[in-house]
Amino acid sequence: MSQVTMTVNGKEMSGDAEGRTLLSQFLRETLGLTGTHVGCDTSQCGACVVHVDGVAVKACTMLAMEAEGTSVDTIEGQAAPDGTLNALQQAFQDHHGLQCGFCTPGMIMSAADLLKNNPQPTEAEVRHHLEGNICRCTGYHNIVKAILAASGQDVSSIAAE
Amino acid sequence: MYNFDFEKPSTIADAVSALSAEDAQALGGGQTLLPTMKQRLASPSKLVSLKGIAEMQGICTGDDGALCIGGATTHADVAAGAGAYPGLAALAGGIGDPAVRARGTIGGSLANNDPSACYPAGALASGATFVTNAREIAADDYFQGMFTTALDEGEILTEVRFPVPEASNYQKFEQPASRFALVGVFVAKYADGVRVAVTGASEEGVFRWTEAEAALSGNFSANAIADMTPGEDGMISDLHGTAAYRAHLVGVLTRRAVTAAG
Repeated sequence: MSQVTMTVNGKEMSGDAEGRTLLSQFLRETLGLTGTHVGCDTSQCGACVVHVDGVAVKACTMLAMEAEGTSVDTIEGQAAPDGTLNALQQAFQDHHGLQCGFCTPGMIMSAADLLKNNPQPTEAEVRHHLEGNICRCTGYHNIVKAILAASGQDVSSIAAE
Repeated sequence: MYNFDFEKPSTIADAVSALSAEDAQALGGGQTLLPTMKQRLASPSKLVSLKGIAEMQGICTGDDGALCIGGATTHADVAAGAGAYPGLAALAGGIGDPAVRARGTIGGSLANNDPSACYPAGALASGATFVTNAREIAADDYFQGMFTTALDEGEILTEVRFPVPEASNYQKFEQPASRFALVGVFVAKYADGVRVAVTGASEEGVFRWTEAEAALSGNFSANAIADMTPGEDGMISDLHGTAAYRAHLVGVLTRRAVTAAG
């Protein structure tokens, strides 16, 4: 066991980790931040996407020790301290971008990564960017719609399917 | 996965020394190695992360005009930073998904030499030079079959040098579940000839399709290889595609790559 320290959602946090402790496991089990979901544990599904030093990564396929000294952002840090949802989260609610909600933390974190680098993506760019995020409920349509809406684009002409 | 010791050295020399431990294994981005370890198909005693080595990061242009890419450079950084070699940048930008590209490294991919990975096709078609802590290896000597390379135990791929072609293109027929290439073909046209490398198809791993190379070196157009298909002997056959199907794809994708390269 060694101690690992990282800044999580703006706050410095430490905990013990083995070599094999995954970042997803460290966040959930050591720090108690269970918003980061583990869907497949094989880096296919994207439910565990978090940002490490501002870049979206799959927390189930990164060692906690590799995150030593980094700045990690998770779904818990997205809403304002008073619980007000950020624009992306609100858009997911407004446009029904989730059903069971299991994939949603990863969807939000991947979408945030996209909008940071490409503030007005096309529908095709959104779908392409979500290649590594799997949703088994929605058929993606409302997720894409929510992300386009969060980017400030008019989605009224996109029919619900 | 089984537990292991973890080290993150900041120089190549320290990494080489850390890797001298028995059953130690270098860790690039871990996008293949960690899932492999979770399945207990690999159980190194120690992982030596190469991510902390500054001299293995980044892209530059060498004196001979070749694009030099540090072994620990991520796919995302190659996609964004290899503008001097657009075919290679596009290949890097098509690997996996955005989060995988943010972690996975060129050195990790080439050291692993997965028979369906994209980079081996790009590196072999480019006649790249593989620079390690000990020596330089030509691409034609580097790839030695599925998951096998010329790298010795504990040898680190520190940099890969890509001669920049006049024209190039990579065509990948994606296996939609894994996002690896069911078949991928990289075509690179140099002043002294055309090189065609195929990934995903052969049981021997990445290979050069020399018959197509000869035809394309004389006439760089899809017509020059219009009816050409490699033999299906030795092609991979699995639930995703038969050997004959893969052989067919090699022909189709090579023609598409030549047309797209222009």
